[in-house]
Amino acid sequence: MDGFVPLNHYLLLSATLFVIGVLGVLLRRNVIVVFMSIEIMLNAVNISLIAFDHYLNNSDGQVFSFMVMCVAAAEVSVGLAIIISMFRNKPTVNLDEFNILKW
Amino acid sequence: MELLIFYPLAGFCVLMALGVIISGNPINSAISLIAMMLGLAGVFVIQQAHFLAILQVIVYAGAIMVLFMFVIMLLNLKAAEEDTWSIRPQNTYVSILTGFLALGALYKIACVIGQAELDSPAAVPDDFGTVERVGTTLFTDFVLPFEVASILLLAAMVGAVVLAKNKID
Repeated sequence: MDGFVPLNHYLLLSATLFVIGVLGVLLRRNVIVVFMSIEIMLNAVNISLIAFDHYLNNSDGQVFSFMVMCVAAAEVSVGLAIIISMFRNKPTVNLDEFNILKW
Repeated sequence: MELLIFYPLAGFCVLMALGVIISGNPINSAISLIAMMLGLAGVFVIQQAHFLAILQVIVYAGAIMVLFMFVIMLLNLKAAEEDTWSIRPQNTYVSILTGFLALGALYKIACVIGQAELDSPAAVPDDFGTVERVGTTLFTDFVLPFEVASILLLAAMVGAVVLAKNKID
């Protein structure tokens, strides 16, 4: 059993990718790149779910990550539609320019 | 053997994820993201979740990233100067602060994970992660979430069409 990857390493990979996604959301000002960072975070969570699933020999976590994929697909389609309609009003993708809702 | 495959794959995924947030051109970011998702599909295969690995390739690397590419090319985004990290002066301070915060959080998480005492894992049968087993769980214990997910996808589809229409009256 010494050739198997321990659960810790999957969790570390997951945490690292999640932090990279958070950094992308907080540091980048490009709407599209921020969206991609959100996808990175969702994927990082999927790694954890499947790692625990493999560890416990269960199937629930895989179903949950399936649901995460569904939500990601829905979120991306609606989000990109919103980006396109905002781009029509104001031809920029910089998040700092979208301050119409702020007062 | 698994370890020998896992570490290069994990390093590749982390590098590509860094490439997503570092590269200035959105197209390069999208291609890095596709590579990261394919690497993650490999990680899923190591975990014997074959069904999820296939779904990862089809849904993420296929459908979602095509949507991203489509929008990037539709908007004709270049490696614009407007995507500098400090359009407003206070953004620089916020960026530095969030960088330290995130790295500190990662360090703390790594410490917690490193100290965790884990039992030996359960024995994994041959049918782990097959379509049959995941599908059985999906259609017995999780029928209601499955149907709700279908409604969610339908709503998202209609919403995307309505939002991206030419004129909103």
